[in-house]
Amino acid sequence: MSLASALKTGDLTELPSRRDEDWRWTDLRGLIRTLPPLSPKFEGDIGVGPFAADETLTLVNGQGAIDLTLAAGETRVISMRLISATAATAHAGRVRITVGEGARLTLLESHEGLGEGYLSEIALDIHLASDAVVERIVLASDAPEAVSVVDAEVALSAGARFAQTLLTSGARRQRIETRVAHPGAHADLRLDGIYLLDGQRHADLTTQVTHAGVDGTTSQLTKGMVADQARGVFQGRIIVQPGADQTDARMGHHALILSDKAEVDAKPELLIFADDVSCAHGNTIGALDEQAIFYARQRGIPEMEARAMLTEAFVGEVVERIEHEPAREVARAWVAQRLGRSNI
Amino acid sequence: MLNIQNLHARVEDKAILKGVTLDVPAGEVHAIMGPNGAGKSTLSYVLTGRGGYEVTEGAASLNGEDLLALEPNERAAKGLFLSFQYPLEIPGVPALTFIRTALNAQRRARGEDEIAAPAFLKLAKEKAASLKIDFEMLKRGLNVGFSGGEKKRMEIFQMAMLSPKFLILDETDSGLDIDALKIVSEGVNALRSPERGMLVITHYQRLLDYIKPDRVHVLAAGRIVASGGPELALQLEAEGYDKYASAAA
Repeated sequence: MSLASALKTGDLTELPSRRDEDWRWTDLRGLIRTLPPLSPKFEGDIGVGPFAADETLTLVNGQGAIDLTLAAGETRVISMRLISATAATAHAGRVRITVGEGARLTLLESHEGLGEGYLSEIALDIHLASDAVVERIVLASDAPEAVSVVDAEVALSAGARFAQTLLTSGARRQRIETRVAHPGAHADLRLDGIYLLDGQRHADLTTQVTHAGVDGTTSQLTKGMVADQARGVFQGRIIVQPGADQTDARMGHHALILSDKAEVDAKPELLIFADDVSCAHGNTIGALDEQAIFYARQRGIPEMEARAMLTEAFVGEVVERIEHEPAREVARAWVAQRLGRSNI
Repeated sequence: MLNIQNLHARVEDKAILKGVTLDVPAGEVHAIMGPNGAGKSTLSYVLTGRGGYEVTEGAASLNGEDLLALEPNERAAKGLFLSFQYPLEIPGVPALTFIRTALNAQRRARGEDEIAAPAFLKLAKEKAASLKIDFEMLKRGLNVGFSGGEKKRMEIFQMAMLSPKFLILDETDSGLDIDALKIVSEGVNALRSPERGMLVITHYQRLLDYIKPDRVHVLAAGRIVASGGPELALQLEAEGYDKYASAAA
C-alpha cells in the first residue's frame, strides 16, 4: 500500500489513508480523488540544484533509476537531484545506493519541484557495508500544491555510521520516511530534521529504527516551526529487539507553533524488548517566548525580525550538527531564506 | 528630554500608575525610589512599550516625540534604552550577533548606514574591556548560563554599544555584589553626558552612592509623592517608606 503502487495499478484504494495507523495524520486517499496521468519524459531546462558537488546524479519525473555503488574504501561527495518537472502529472522513482566496506559517501539530495501540483514518490534503498560512513542531507523543496513521498530504507552493517539531516518546507501533503535496520555492533546512527512550514503546507517526518543487536547508538533531533495553517507531523519509533543490550538511543522533537490555526502532531514511540538499554525521548511544543521578543524589540529589533531571529536560533542546533561544511552553509541559508519569506 | 504628564496605566483591571508626572532634562540623572508594588517596574515597561499594559490617561514624550504612539523598537531607535531587572536569556543567538542586529536595525530606522563588521568588532572589544567582560563570552548565546552580575554587565555593555539618548535602569543593583556594582556603576557613569538623561529605578539607596543622582523622587501607590535632592535618598534609607505608604493611601 503506497502512492507508488496506486500509480502502478491505477487503484486509488492502494493509497495510504487515515485508517492506517502510521498514516493517520497524512491521509493520501482522502486527498487524491483521481490519479493524474503519468509524468512524461522531460527534455527542458532543469537549471542548477541547491548543492555543489563534483558529481551530480539526476532523476527527472522518476524516469529511469539511479543505481550507485561505492567500492570499498572509496570517498565521494555526490549531489543527487530528484526533480518533478511537469505539473499535474504523477511518477514514482527508485534509487539504490550501496556503500562498500569503509567507504565514505556524502549524499546531497535535493527534491526539487519545478512543476506545480504533481504526485511524486521516490523510494531509496541504502545499504552500508561494515565501517562505511554516509552523511545524507536532504533538502525537500516541493511545490506548495504537490503531493510528495520520500521513502528510504537504510540497512547498516557492523561499525557503519549513517547520519541524516532532512530540511523541508513541506507540500500540499508530504511524507519523508526513513526506516533503519540497525545491527548494533558499534554502528552509529543520527537522524535529524528541520521543518519550516507556512501557508497550508504539510510535512510528515516519520522514522523507524530497529535495533537488532548489542552495542548500537542512535541520536535523533528534529525541530520544526509551523505558521499560518500549516501542519507538521513527527512520528519517531525506536524498537529495541530482545538481546539488543547496551543500546543507547535518544530522540528529541521540538516544535514552535506560531499561529492559532497551525498544528503539530507528534508521536514518539520507544518499544523496548531488551533489559540493559539507555533510551530517552523528549518532545516539546510551544510558542516563541514573548518576553524574549519584547527584550529584542526594546533593543531596536523590529518584531518580525525578532521572531525570525529567535526561530532561526531555535532550529540552529540541528543545522550545527551537519558535518559537511558546505551543506551546513546551504542549510543555514535555507533557514534564513525560509524565515524571511514566511509570514511570522 | 523625558517628559511624563499625569500618566495612568493599568494591567488588566488593576490600576498601577495613577498620575505620574516627571520631567528629566538632558544631562540629569533622576532616581525613582519606592516600596515594592509602587509601580516602579510598570513605569519602565509603559515607557518602553511592553504589551499587557494599558495607558488610560496622560502622556510621555522623549525630546518632544510622543513615545506612547511608537512601537517598542521605534522607541529604541529614538534612543530609549531599558536595562532590565531580569535580562532575558536568548539561546542560540550570540551576544555579538544580537547587539549587531539591534544596532543595525536602529541605524536603519534612523536612516543611517549599517555599521561594518570590522568597526563593530573593534568597538565591541573596547567596550568589553572597559566593563571587564571576557570577549569569548560575547560569542556565546546571549545571557545563557550567565550569573546575575554577568547579565547586568551585559546590559551595560549593550547600553555602551547602542549609545542611547535616554537610559532607564530598572533595579540594576539587584543581585550584584560590591565588585560587580562598582564595575556596573563605572560603566553607567561613563555614559553620563550633557546630552543624555537617565532614570535610575531602585529600592535601595546603595546604588546611588555610585551613580549620584541630581534629583530623587519617591513613587508610592502609583504616584510621585515626594521629590528632592540626593539627601532624600539618605533620609529614605534611614526612615523607610512607611510614611509615604500611608500618605499615598
